[in-house]
Amino acid sequence: MCLISDFNQLSGLQLDALREVGNIGAGNAATALAQMINSKIEMTVPRVNILPLGEVPDLTGGADRFVVGVYLGVTGSARASILFVMPVENALHLVDMLMGRNLGVTQTLDEIEVSALQEVGNIIASTYLNALAMFTGLTLIPSVPALGMDMAGAILNAVLAQFGAIGDYVLMLETEFKKEGQDVVGHFFVLPEPGALQTILSALGVNG
Amino acid sequence: MAQIIQVGMADLRVAKAPDKLMSAGLGSCVGVCLYDKTAKLGGLAHVMLPASLQAKNVQNRAKFADTALDMLVDEMEKTGGNRARFTAKIAGGAQMFRFAGDSDIMRIGERNVQAVEENLRRHGIKLVAKDTGGNFGRTIVFDIETGDLLVKTIGHGERVI
Repeated sequence: MCLISDFNQLSGLQLDALREVGNIGAGNAATALAQMINSKIEMTVPRVNILPLGEVPDLTGGADRFVVGVYLGVTGSARASILFVMPVENALHLVDMLMGRNLGVTQTLDEIEVSALQEVGNIIASTYLNALAMFTGLTLIPSVPALGMDMAGAILNAVLAQFGAIGDYVLMLETEFKKEGQDVVGHFFVLPEPGALQTILSALGVNG
Repeated sequence: MAQIIQVGMADLRVAKAPDKLMSAGLGSCVGVCLYDKTAKLGGLAHVMLPASLQAKNVQNRAKFADTALDMLVDEMEKTGGNRARFTAKIAGGAQMFRFAGDSDIMRIGERNVQAVEENLRRHGIKLVAKDTGGNFGRTIVFDIETGDLLVKTIGHGERVI
C-alpha cells in the first residue's frame, strides 16, 4: 500500500509516468476548453507536486486570493479529486466568452453563470478522465461539479480535508491553462487518493 | 516591534503581546484562539479535521480538533500561561461548495465546529465568542495585546469578535 507518507518513495519512472498521463489528460482538457471558448488555449507541462497540506494554497497565489473553484469527486476504479481554480476576474472573462458577451460585461456569478462554469469544469474533467481511462483501462466516474467562490485557502481546505485524514502530504498533478499570449486562465489540479495512486501506477505498468 | 505570525493549515503557534497571530483563508477549517489575558499570551490552532481517532495517520497533531487543543493548552502553559484563565474564540467551519449531492466531506466544517466546542468543554475552557458556519471563507487576525479577533471575509464584511 502506497500511503501518502510514502510519496517520497515514488521512483523517477513512476513520477514520469504520472506526468505523462497528466500531459495527455490535460492536453485533451485544454482542447475541450479551447473549443468551448473558441480561442487557443496553451498549457504548461504538468507538474507532479508532493506537498505538505499547508503549502497547497500557495500554488494558487496565496490563501487570501479571491478565486472561483470548481470541484469534482472521482469514483470508480480509482478515487480522486479534481479542482479547477481560477482568479475571479478570469472566471468572469470565461463566462463572457462562453456566453458570447463582450469582455467585462459579466460582473457577478448568478445561477446561470455558476451553471456555465460548472459545465466548464464538467467538460474539462470528463475529457481528462476519458484520456486517463483510455490509457489505463480503468473506470473513472466524475461526480456532479460543485462551485465555490471565495479565498483560495478556504476553497482548498474543503477539498484537502479528505486527504488530511490519511496523511500530511498530498500528491497533485498541476497544469496551468493560458489563453494564447495571456495570463493564466486557471490551474487544473488532480489529486488521486493514495490507494488510487497505486491502482493507476499498476495500470500503467510502473508498479514498484 | 509587533510581528504578525502566520499559522498555516494544520499548524499551531503560540505568541506573546504585542505580536499577532493570523490564519488566512479558513474554509471548512476552524481557527481556535486561546487567550490568557493576565499573561498576555495567546495561541492559534488551524484545525482541519474533527477527530484523530478516525485518522490513519496522526503524526501531525495540530491537524485534529482533539489533539490540537491538547497541544495548544500544553504549549501555552509551557510559555507561562495558566489554563484556569484560558478563554477561547473560534472562527471558520464553513461549507464552501454549493453541492447537489449529499456528502459527508462537504459538511466537514460543521463537524469541525462541533468537535472544537466539545473539546473546549472537555478542557473546561470557556468559549467567549464565535463566528462560524455559512458558505464563505474567513481570514483571522488575533491581537494578543487586546484579545480581539478580527474576522475578514470577501463580500460578508469584517468584524471584531
